[in-house]
Amino acid sequence: MTLYWEEEIETLPRIGLESVQLTRLKHLVARVYKTVKPYREKMDAAGVKPEDIQSLADLVKLPFTVKEDLRDNYPFGLFTVPMDQVVRVHASSGTTGKPTVVGYTKKDLKTWSGLMARALTCAGATSKDMIHNAYGYGLFTGGLGAHYGIERLGATVIPVSGGNTKRQITIMQDFKSSVLLATPSYALNLAETMETLGVDPKSLSLRVGVFGAEPWSDNMRDEVERKLNIKAVDIYGLSEVMGPGVSMQCLEGKTGMHIFEDHFLPEIIDPDTGEVLPPGEKGELVFTTLTKEAFPIIRYRTRDISRLIYDTCECGRTLVRMEKVTGRTDDMLIIRGVNVFPSQIEHVLMGTEGVEPHYQIVVNRVGNMDTMDVEVEVSEDIFSDEIKVLEKLGNRIRADIKDMLGVTCKVKLVEPKTIQRSDGKAQRVIDNRKL
Amino acid sequence: MRVEQIAVFLENKSGRLAEITAALAAENINIRALSVADTADFGILRLIVDNVEKAKATLKRNKFTVGITNVIAVEVADKTGGLAGVLKTIEEEKLNVEYMYAFVNNSGENAVLIFRFDDMDKAIESLQRTGYTILSGEQICAL
Repeated sequence: MTLYWEEEIETLPRIGLESVQLTRLKHLVARVYKTVKPYREKMDAAGVKPEDIQSLADLVKLPFTVKEDLRDNYPFGLFTVPMDQVVRVHASSGTTGKPTVVGYTKKDLKTWSGLMARALTCAGATSKDMIHNAYGYGLFTGGLGAHYGIERLGATVIPVSGGNTKRQITIMQDFKSSVLLATPSYALNLAETMETLGVDPKSLSLRVGVFGAEPWSDNMRDEVERKLNIKAVDIYGLSEVMGPGVSMQCLEGKTGMHIFEDHFLPEIIDPDTGEVLPPGEKGELVFTTLTKEAFPIIRYRTRDISRLIYDTCECGRTLVRMEKVTGRTDDMLIIRGVNVFPSQIEHVLMGTEGVEPHYQIVVNRVGNMDTMDVEVEVSEDIFSDEIKVLEKLGNRIRADIKDMLGVTCKVKLVEPKTIQRSDGKAQRVIDNRKL
Repeated sequence: MRVEQIAVFLENKSGRLAEITAALAAENINIRALSVADTADFGILRLIVDNVEKAKATLKRNKFTVGITNVIAVEVADKTGGLAGVLKTIEEEKLNVEYMYAFVNNSGENAVLIFRFDDMDKAIESLQRTGYTILSGEQICAL
């Protein structure tokens, strides 16, 4: 039997759901227009007023919001409430030096933990579970977002965060962790470490894994399920919209993640024209938040490519499902769960004296871990006849990238003109991962 | 009394050294001494040649990253203890060696040691005071 967290709303016939969405949308647009100048200016420029939103179909009249809008209003310019009502901020990678900042009121955190509890219930978790939360804690929404959802559910949270894999396995054995929350690549890392230590996954209490924050293939899912002897389900979210718990795969359905549509209104658009595509077609996913207070967002272009599935799901939920994200419409990379924009790497290199803007990022998956090599051409300005000077330069770039992006990479100095120059846009990224 | 040395950045991939020597040979540039310093990913080729400007232009034309640095060439007798004697002086004078390499001249009587110090002026003064012969670029080419 399917477990629900809020059965009524999760199984509401679509007509009822759409009525809830419209009421919330009208309220949101009116409030955002009144309180946030950048939104008001964009709407005025597009010639649209809050009262023009009379049906869900009127959503298309509203301008899109893009990551650059967040950067232009860094850090708090798009917040709709005074800072004394904001009780938490999170941040994710921006496209240049500055991160993208989002905020939450007390009510937002309550909404979020409720949605995370709903997501965990989709995965079959209950208050009886011991939940091993290996998402990173900090500015990243993964760790804390999941944490408060687990507490809301009434389960026991093990706030283990990332790293220290051997200790994590000991904790799994001793605390009898029954649900694992992690990036899929970290789950495979855990499985391999268990193998090395001679720990049989069958001897553990793990039953289900909730995996997200990075793209993964169906083959990888099979591998995780087989190696850890668990059922693996997908979770989706992004900080600009809320964090983890925007959509969630159920145990019963074969494919896709239910979007929590009573809080997030999805659209699929053609990334080139911005036109909304007919139901079922593949395109760029766009979200409008319906209930957020501190940081609502209207028609946010996620750059994630997906498809919406409106068929009835075996679990009985009427909430639309989104297909696993199959790609990006921009050049963002996800390295070990961290979002990386090539422009951020460029920003670091430009800040290093004498380094020319000829670089290339090479991404590989070695075993189950992503590796990133940054190749930098050695110009006469930075060349030295002493090895130690060049090594120091490479180490400095590596440390700066680590500081700014939180990702460890290898910096490789290469001969000038060896990085391929293409006509027009340079090929900055070579991603050899087979996902 | 400094000698100009050409340094070239090399990625560790096959054939690069051959390309450099072929390019220099085609321009009739004679290599008097060379050394390669390497790490796992890259190397630095250091060359003493008979025509520094021409060599630099040639290598740049072949898209190499080239730098010119000053080094000191010290002549010592090619016999047991020749190098040890110089190094003893360097230690006593507290000179810091960044790198060094050596070659033996045609006559076979003397060896030439190429040094890069962190303090070049002090090194020249110390070595001359303790009686060593420091060669100029012309002298090296004439050997």
